[in-house]
Order: sequence, then C-alpha cells, then structure tokens
Amino acid sequence: MQSLDLQAESLRDLNARLHAQSEKTNERDWEILNPKGSHALAVGLDAPIDVIVRGSTGYYTAGMNKQATVVVAGNAGPGVAENMMSGTVMIEGDASQYAGATGRGGTLVIKGNAASRCGISMKGIDIIVHGNIGHMSAFMGQSGNLVVCGDAGDSLGDSLYEARLFVRGSVKSLGADCVEKEMRREHIELLRDLLVRGECDADPSEFKRYGSARKLYNFNVDNASAY
Amino acid sequence: MCGIVGLFLKDKGLEPQLGALLTDMLVTMTDRGPDSAGIAIYRGAQAGEWLYCVQSAAPVRDFATLGADLSKEIGAKVQIEIKDTHAVLVLPSEKAKEARAALERINADLRIMSSGESIEIFKEVGLPADVAERFNVASMSGSHGIGHTRMATESAITTLGAHPFSTGADQCLVHNGSLSNHNSLRRRLIREGLSFETQNDTEVAAAYLSWKMAQGSDLGAALKASLDDLDGFYTFVVGTKDGFGVIRDPIACKPAVMAETDQYVAFGSEYRAMVNLPGIETARVWEPEPSTAYFWKH
Repeated sequence: MQSLDLQAESLRDLNARLHAQSEKTNERDWEILNPKGSHALAVGLDAPIDVIVRGSTGYYTAGMNKQATVVVAGNAGPGVAENMMSGTVMIEGDASQYAGATGRGGTLVIKGNAASRCGISMKGIDIIVHGNIGHMSAFMGQSGNLVVCGDAGDSLGDSLYEARLFVRGSVKSLGADCVEKEMRREHIELLRDLLVRGECDADPSEFKRYGSARKLYNFNVDNASAY
Repeated sequence: MCGIVGLFLKDKGLEPQLGALLTDMLVTMTDRGPDSAGIAIYRGAQAGEWLYCVQSAAPVRDFATLGADLSKEIGAKVQIEIKDTHAVLVLPSEKAKEARAALERINADLRIMSSGESIEIFKEVGLPADVAERFNVASMSGSHGIGHTRMATESAITTLGAHPFSTGADQCLVHNGSLSNHNSLRRRLIREGLSFETQNDTEVAAAYLSWKMAQGSDLGAALKASLDDLDGFYTFVVGTKDGFGVIRDPIACKPAVMAETDQYVAFGSEYRAMVNLPGIETARVWEPEPSTAYFWKH
C-alpha cells in the first residue's frame, strides 16, 4: 500500500500523485494519513484505485470521482462526492450538507447520518445512507436512487424529477410535487441490490418509495396565470 | 464566509490553556475571513469585581491616565490592564453603573467593547494570527471563549464592525451569514430607543437580543424569537457569564460542527478548527440541527 501523509506533503502534491495513476496502474492501494479536516482531498480521481482516508475530512472530498473507490474512515465535510461520475465513495461516519450533490453516477455510501440537502440535484448517482438525512434532500433530483435506512427531514424530494427515493423510517414532510408511490416487485429488487452495494442488511420490504407526482416539472398552460 | 470558533471548558485543568487553544482554532479559520478578528474570553468572575473592556484609536494618549482618572471620578480603586488598543478596567461591582457614566465624561471617544463580571472582548482589523498576537490571547486563561474571523460582506471593515458584539453585561454574539432585514429592524429598534454605531447587520442582531432580554426574555427565549424576526442566513454563537449557546437559521447553509468530550464542548465553522484539541479523536462530533437552540452551562 502507498502511504500519503498530509503532515509531510502538501494537498496539491498528494492529489497530483493520485491523478498520475492511469487505468493500468499497478499501484492500486493508497492510504491518506492525517487528513485533519482538509478540503478537496482525493478530488478528480480517474483510475481504478482504492484510497482510504484515515480520519475526518473537510469540504468536497472525492468530488468528481471516476472509477476510484474512496473510503473515509471518519466524518466527511460539506459536498462529499459532489458531481461524482462513477466509482464508489464510502463514509464510515457522518456526512455534512449536500453529500452527493449533482452526482451523475457511481455509489455513495454514508454509514452514519447525512445532513441537509443530501443528493440535491442528483443526476444518476446512487446514495445509500444507513442513518438519517436532513432537510431539503434530493431537491430537484433528476435521476438515480436515494436510500435512507433512518428518517428523512423536512421537504424531502422538493421539485423532484425522476430520482427514486426509498425511506425506511419517518419522513418529516414531503416537498412540493413529491408523493409516496407503490413499492412494486421491480422496486424491491432494485432496492435489494442497492442495499447490498451499500453494505446494509436492512429488509427491502420495510421501505416506502417516494417519487415525483410529475405535476410541477412540465409547463402547464392552465397554471400560466400563477407564474 | 466567516469563521467561528468556540470552546466551553468542563475540565478546570484546561483553563490556563483556553487562550492558546482558542488562538490555534481561530488561526486555522483564517481563510474563511481574513479581514478582521475578535475574541471574547470569560476569565472567571472574582467576587465583587466588575470589568470594562474599552478600545481607543489613540491608546497611548487615552490610556495614560485613564485608570487614575476613573478612580478619582468614582472614588474607588481601579486597576487598568492595557492590551494594545484595548484596556481592561477592573473596579468594584457596586460602582459599575457610575463608572460607565464616568467613562463617558472622561473620554466620549472610548468604545466600550464589553462589560461584566467575567467577559473581555478584544477585536481589531487584521489577520487572526496578528490580532491574537497583539492582545496576547494565547496567554489568557478562562472558563470559556468565542472567536470570530470576518469576511465582510455588507458593511465596512472596521474595528467596530468586527465580532464579537456585546449584547449586554457578560453577553456576546458572533455571526456567520448575512441578514436581509437588518435595515428595517434597525429602524424599529431605534424607535425603541436603542442606538447603533455601525451599518453592520450583526450589530442589529446583537441589539435585538439585548432588547428582547431587556423586555424580560431569557437568552434562550430571545434566540428562539430571533428565528421569527431575523430574516437571512445565520449561524450564531453566543456567550454568557456561565455558558455558551448555538443557533442556526432554518435553512442552515452556514456551516457548523460541534465536538464534545468529558473535558470540553467545542464549536467550529469547520472540523479543521478542532483537530488539535486534546482527545478530539474520540470526541462525539456532530452538526447542530437547524432552528434548534443549544446551550451549555457551568
């Protein structure tokens, strides 16, 4: 395993070492020591490597990730895995606000709780949260799946497009145009796979599904006077 | 942006290190706001003593005879500790009210930064490291303290525009965010008889809390009322003689992280601010919820 110590080298050098890895690299395992809440750790990776961050991080950890697997053995600050394209990001502790925002692909797993705006404007990412999520999560979510094993805060899925939301616990309130939907067999199968990928042993039948009522996102001429 | 740090000690053994720990936390937050910085330290009340922390633009001239002049005016012993542009005046608590009027007579240009049995507020324009150095914050001991580093967005970069703001005896407020209804609220508070020194939004929040408390609310009730009356973004940290509290607006986009161990409760705009605290590796770390008032008291 390659070891990178933020006490000994700069963030920029550390990220450059990770960026230098190609598709065919044989240096597949990396660890980052002494993160101490640093921002922008392991952002913009684009190689099939495994990175473990030993401690808690600041803003934008593993943003724009492609292919790589990044594990944070601690808590992650705001904007973790923002705009992720592919690969996996796993947070052993809690994640701060807007985790997985605008993510286009890949899997984000949060083993603790996520704060507000989790999955805001998600565009294809799969997010699995073992704990609770805060208010305004999945706001304007366009596609992808958000799985919450605990409870969801206020205004879940406000102005939602086609992202699918699965919540096992309570939902404090649903946002505009977000409704509970029937859990059909195909959704149970999808959720089962998401839970396995999220290292979560919850029973898919305990979840409720929420999605868009599709009344808000198409312009409706009958509502013209309201605009 | 702006950076806030706070440290509330449970373990008396850490009290001599309060200033040093807070300085380290505040300097780490420099890139959240490098234009001015301030710190409120609760050094622990001594029975019968009252503290005024005053600031002057011409400290050499203004502080030369200030202690003796004030002593003569109020007919009691006054100790003066000069720290750069600030001076801490220590006097008998029964003379506190008299001393405030006397300070006004002696030199109307002096700014009273804080007043109380335990609180001292020091703030100036400049980088947190430089401001902390000027006041030698690292050498200060105390039971709890709050620091702020400012990135000015809506009013001038001045000493008086820096945080913390005093909200009353032994009380202070720091703010990360911006208020959108501060002008109308300021006009309303002026009609209620309050006066203002700056165009700063946080000064309005501080005055609002003072006004609510003057009407009989306790700090918790005043903070909860602020959720209805203040419009905008805010994470507030407030200090009182024996405690400190945190409240965030309902949107809660201004960051906040807290950590608690058997030795302390700590606040940081970011986790980075807390990484050098003793025992942080095993602390309980969490984000305060929106629209929720948190308090710790000794």
